[in-house]
Amino acid sequence: MDTFLQLTVSGLSTGMIYALAAVGFVVIYKASDVINFAQGDLLLFGTYLIFFSIVQLNLPWTVGIMLTLLIAVAMGLLIERVVLRPLIGEPIISMIMVTIGLSSVLRALANALWGPQPRTFPSFLPDGVISIGTAVVGFDRVLAIPLGLALLVLLGFFFRRTRDGIAMRAIADDQQAALSMGISIPRVFAIAWAIAAVTAAIGGMMLGNIVGVSQSVAAIGLRVFPVVILGGLDSIGGAVLGGVIIGLLEVYTGGYIGHGLNLIVPYFVLIIMLMVRPYGLFGKPIIERV
Amino acid sequence: MSVLLEFNNVEVRYDDVILVLRGLSLQVQEGQIAALLGSNGAGKTTALKATSGLLDIEDGKVTDGTIHFAGKEIQGQSADRIVRDGIFQVVEGRHVFEHLTVHENLVAGAYTRRDRSSIARDMDRVYDYFPLLADRQKQWAGYLSGGEQQMLAVGRALMARPRMLLLDEPSLGLAPVLVRGIFDIIKRINEEEGTTILLVEQNARLALSISDYAYVMEGGRVVLEGTSKEMVENEDVREFYLGLGEVGRRSYRDVKHYRRRKRWLS
Repeated sequence: MDTFLQLTVSGLSTGMIYALAAVGFVVIYKASDVINFAQGDLLLFGTYLIFFSIVQLNLPWTVGIMLTLLIAVAMGLLIERVVLRPLIGEPIISMIMVTIGLSSVLRALANALWGPQPRTFPSFLPDGVISIGTAVVGFDRVLAIPLGLALLVLLGFFFRRTRDGIAMRAIADDQQAALSMGISIPRVFAIAWAIAAVTAAIGGMMLGNIVGVSQSVAAIGLRVFPVVILGGLDSIGGAVLGGVIIGLLEVYTGGYIGHGLNLIVPYFVLIIMLMVRPYGLFGKPIIERV
Repeated sequence: MSVLLEFNNVEVRYDDVILVLRGLSLQVQEGQIAALLGSNGAGKTTALKATSGLLDIEDGKVTDGTIHFAGKEIQGQSADRIVRDGIFQVVEGRHVFEHLTVHENLVAGAYTRRDRSSIARDMDRVYDYFPLLADRQKQWAGYLSGGEQQMLAVGRALMARPRMLLLDEPSLGLAPVLVRGIFDIIKRINEEEGTTILLVEQNARLALSISDYAYVMEGGRVVLEGTSKEMVENEDVREFYLGLGEVGRRSYRDVKHYRRRKRWLS
């Protein structure tokens, strides 16, 4: 029972970090139907940027976080302006392919700026542990849970209630009709990329705390795919739930079965999901009127 | 009465090659309903898209001539600028946002509005025109029937409070009784809101019954125009668009009547 509780809590927080990584991916997909293969590299930049501001610039951690988020927004806007905007109106597949290129460029850029050797993550989060019943978990890991939930509520509000959020979903549904109501596609795409970059930066900070500052953060970005396929490519809530389920599954298999099986469990889920419910738990099904 | 929309020798090309409008000239008076008739491929939809700026995403361009709206040249401007100027196109085939609720579709229609406070009032107005939609506010628009979707498409346009509405085949795929209902509301919108309307329609009889003025297009230019009353009387329009040949006078010799076919073309 003790193990179970311990595993559950750590699975939940791991899952929330996956969710944070996946949310930005979902936002971009929702706005533009583009599958962003560079999401993992945005995470990587989040990790390096916090390292840069706190260790290299020696800023206090509050200012460091602010700076990281600001640079992330700027990066999101820049990527949209330079890489994706010229492709508006082209087939979606072109945009998807360009994100693969973007991924390589970002990774190489991080390599050029900070070198290939792993760095230690600045421990700015309060150390301490939290005991829930008999389970003991690091405070920095548990922090991902409220953070993830807060982000979920915020984005939910954005997509349901605000003008730009509704416009974003409108564009995803029907670009021509969205244009005909004066919705500016570049503006909405820019907002989507800014959100994706910021959520990735937050996810990157949390991840860096766990796995350290190195290129391997981007590899964890790959974990985004099982998460979003499970939750539904275009559902924020699905990304969070998918993240939690994948996180729990990983930790349970690791804890009870072991043998490195936990590393492949997510992809196992991905395959099953694609077979039985390809649009995910909460994705929008294709509407067919009869 | 003043001219609100004016096409002057407009030429539109797709992909720099395919010439679709060949010197189209027409005028729409403020406060009127103008109908644009013509067979498939005559360039009616292209004319609407040239006005609303939607040519852009289809690689179409106005390559010659001018389009004036309220005295201002608008050809080649971006779609969102044109919506802000007061022109709103209801595109052919409804195109509601399927995964947005009815309510959210209407919010999207009001995207360019600055006066947030009166949006709620306008929404009530739309539900007043289309009571069926009021019952389905929280439903995904994709699950509405075809008629309801067309109503939503028109209602969504009203949310932008346009000075001019461009309607592209609002009757497409609807049962006759529904079509009549939609057209009655179009007429009401024109009368009650003073919205100028340019209507593209295959159903010429219906279009002429609510419009004030009509143009017949053929091969990318206007070949015939007149008040809708004159047009209903016009022999050629009666035969080619209303299907009312002169009954009884047909003899074998008249089977060669295709000689007379569209004499304005020669």
